[in-house]
Amino acid sequence: MTGWIPRIIAISGSDIGIIISLVVIGGGLAWLLKQSIKAGDVDRRIVFLFIFISVSVPILFPITFSETATPIVKKLYDRIENLPEGSAVLISFDFDPAMAPEVQPMADAFARHCLAKNHKVIFMSLWATGQSLLSTTLQNVVRPEFPEKIEGVDFANLGYKAGNEGVLNVIVTNFRKMFPTDVNSIPLDSIAVFKKIRSCQDLDLIISIGGGKPGAKEWILFVGDPANVPMGCGVAAVTAPQLYPYYPKQLLGILGGIKGAAEYESELVRHYDRFADVKKPGLRMMGPQTLAHVVIMAFIVLGNISYFVTRRRGKKP
Amino acid sequence: MRNSRVKVNGLFFVLISVFFYSGLSAEEPLIPNPEDTTKICIPRPPTNVLATDAVYDKGNVVNLNWVPSPDDNGDGKILQYQILRRLENDSVFALIDSVIAGTAFYKDETVESGQTYQYMVVAICDGGSGPSEPSPPVTPDMEWLNFALSNIFVIGLLICGSVIYFIGKAKSGRPLFIRKIAGLEAVDEAIGRATEMGRPILYVPGIQDMDDVQTIAGLTILGRVARVVADYDTKIKVPVSRSLVMTASRETLKAAYMAAGRPDAFNENMAQYITDEQFGYVAAVDGMIIRERPATTFFLGAFFAESLILAETGNSIGAIQIGGTANPAQLPFFVAACDFTLIGEELFAASAYLSGEPRQLGSLKGQDVGKALAMIAIVLGAITTTIGQAWNFEFISAIADLLNSLFRTN
Amino acid sequence: MRRQVPLIITFFIGALLVISVFIPPMVSLKETFTLYFDIIAVFAFFLGGGNLLRVHLGKLYGKKQDWGFSLVTVAGFAMMLIVGLFKIGNPGGIAASITAEGSLFQKLFEYIMVPLGSTMYALLAFFVASASYRAFRAKNREATILLIGAFIILLGRTPFGMMLTSWIPEQLSILQIPNLAIWIMNGPNLAGQRAIMIGIGLGVVSMSIRILLGIERSYLGEDK
Repeated sequence: MTGWIPRIIAISGSDIGIIISLVVIGGGLAWLLKQSIKAGDVDRRIVFLFIFISVSVPILFPITFSETATPIVKKLYDRIENLPEGSAVLISFDFDPAMAPEVQPMADAFARHCLAKNHKVIFMSLWATGQSLLSTTLQNVVRPEFPEKIEGVDFANLGYKAGNEGVLNVIVTNFRKMFPTDVNSIPLDSIAVFKKIRSCQDLDLIISIGGGKPGAKEWILFVGDPANVPMGCGVAAVTAPQLYPYYPKQLLGILGGIKGAAEYESELVRHYDRFADVKKPGLRMMGPQTLAHVVIMAFIVLGNISYFVTRRRGKKP
Repeated sequence: MRNSRVKVNGLFFVLISVFFYSGLSAEEPLIPNPEDTTKICIPRPPTNVLATDAVYDKGNVVNLNWVPSPDDNGDGKILQYQILRRLENDSVFALIDSVIAGTAFYKDETVESGQTYQYMVVAICDGGSGPSEPSPPVTPDMEWLNFALSNIFVIGLLICGSVIYFIGKAKSGRPLFIRKIAGLEAVDEAIGRATEMGRPILYVPGIQDMDDVQTIAGLTILGRVARVVADYDTKIKVPVSRSLVMTASRETLKAAYMAAGRPDAFNENMAQYITDEQFGYVAAVDGMIIRERPATTFFLGAFFAESLILAETGNSIGAIQIGGTANPAQLPFFVAACDFTLIGEELFAASAYLSGEPRQLGSLKGQDVGKALAMIAIVLGAITTTIGQAWNFEFISAIADLLNSLFRTN
Repeated sequence: MRRQVPLIITFFIGALLVISVFIPPMVSLKETFTLYFDIIAVFAFFLGGGNLLRVHLGKLYGKKQDWGFSLVTVAGFAMMLIVGLFKIGNPGGIAASITAEGSLFQKLFEYIMVPLGSTMYALLAFFVASASYRAFRAKNREATILLIGAFIILLGRTPFGMMLTSWIPEQLSILQIPNLAIWIMNGPNLAGQRAIMIGIGLGVVSMSIRILLGIERSYLGEDK
């Protein structure tokens, strides 16, 4: 029975810090429980304070959990893994800075995986703010980790194009009409990656990363479905339920929130030794998320205790 | 313009053909270099090259299928297939494209309707090539109607027809039963509360542009709300995140104030552009909520992750809140933080409901026919699929397949 | 007349685009009109930007309440516009991409916009907690089912879900909390979402017909 704790939790950093913080959270919750039994609703600022502590403690004293990919993540991983070398994969950065902490780890993981498998990767964005985040992935992941990969030959950067679904409407039949050049003003005809790619129909896989509109849903409606191109996506946790109707037919797999990113990162690390030492923000952020979930559950319990106590007192004559 | 392109294309093909057949191509010489005998490779050609006119297009697509070369067995011997094409009257084939080994299909989207073409597929290996027999001629034609979408057409016609039928029926004056929507019943009360408290009303029509039907729905409700607001002489603020929405909101507000006989009370700055950036917009609207403490807030339109931030901030100042969106993922947040929520279709029905106009209410009735159709199809589909698969009844499975194909879009 | 012209345009273009779906030579109309919309939207930026400046400069000029916020807005607007337009500090000069690595625009974006946006988004964690605390109460049967569902999903999204139920034998693995969470998302949740989506689709059709036929015109400012 005692063996399971070390098996799934690896505590690093200052253990004393974590223990003290857990005592603070636990003690605080116990005090709130007493207050709730006395029938008093907790002020929202106290809820905020507890969330702040539960998120910041695992950031300061990292707690990491081992993850296993669920089928919905594994299927997408397997598709990229099993595509023949040189397949064309498009990764669309359809998100903004606000969503970046949650979905950029997915973008980084997909980029790593595709380049490690020697696929030809096309980066683009339907969001104006996505272009800069795309540059961040190129700068932090692609160039330092894959110095041998040449822009134009192994990957291409189309950048951002205004027009939302309109862009998709056009590139489903013709890339060059919407993107006559890449982000560096090089004509698509001169880019080796595009030698055999005229439209989205020539792609082997499309991955949309985001959580808003336009996003994965628009990619399915305007490209994936009409052109019959396999698709996958990585989205913010709040958007994931909206995409379940498209799984597994229109979407091969879905990475939902930090949990999805963490599962994908763990798969990558399991199969590729070269990624053992790279940053894994998804796995790292599972600590704060787990603790925050636990605190939210504790507050739901407290809320119900308070509710029942109030109701019982209300019934008394 | 079109003719000049044809001429350029023609010239290009001729040049390519000359280049290809003269053996001058540096990349893919057809005649192997006699000195490099170790690299000589003559692959067996692809067979059964068949060119067919793609259906339901404007005559600009030909689909090409072939049986790959027997040497194309994944060992890397075959490098690629080259696709060659000629017009019926031309003597030479011109290279139009190439595809990777293992491929047996090509979609030619550069043809013109009415012209007759022939194709050849050439298997290429290191130092040699194996050309197929020419395909039978094909003449791409334009189709005027896409019969592949006939199921969508029929279903669309049924739903649209029933909506139009009930609009007409409502015009004749026959009363229609429409269920009460609590959120919309509360609109007057919510505006009245703001008037009594002397505090403003905040109206957010979502964060998408005018090309989103949810934004249009938000603005149609704004028209109704603004009319009451103008009557009560209450303050209204409409912060928007798109320039076009700002213009449309202003027009809506202006007309509502004019209809209420209060054009003097209208002020252009009631609708104010903030920023296109999602969370920049949220920060600004949250600031407004905290500083100006509106008595009533409306969040009606397309919302994403900002829905809960806005609604919780409104909740913290004790405002009466009416939220509504057609983004299912955001509905739980509105339900948790708003007093009333318009769920999905209720957002689109709201304007008709508030207007009370028979023709508009009739359209809601027509919608119900669509719902009945969907329900019947779902129940029938579930039953036939279950029975067909569990007991292997071919006839029942055929019905399930038919139902499936009725609602398929591609 | 002022209302009739837009209504005629709406009807004609709307009907044309609906019909074009079924007529192959007209299918590309959809693309063309999308491009028209983009062109109009680009010009509309000047309206939005102009309005922003007018409102905030007016506040600054009159030193109205909270003018400090307006100062930050105008300064931010001007800074990003100038840096982006003239590509100040761009290593590749005026010809290079605005987001070229090392450019001042990219730095401002990365070190100011990204953290600010993420901060706003992070507020969700606090608001989800306070909303859950208030909303998930077992007031009646439906609310209790919702509460139990929420609990399972929350637990299933953490490693504790597996820890607590890993003892359940493989044959009953559906009862393990992470699998139960996936079942809730894929089963009941999906059924509900699909029903809402069908309703939304029909609502859109009905509203579109009202707009095309000119019955619904309050968005044009017509009240009756």
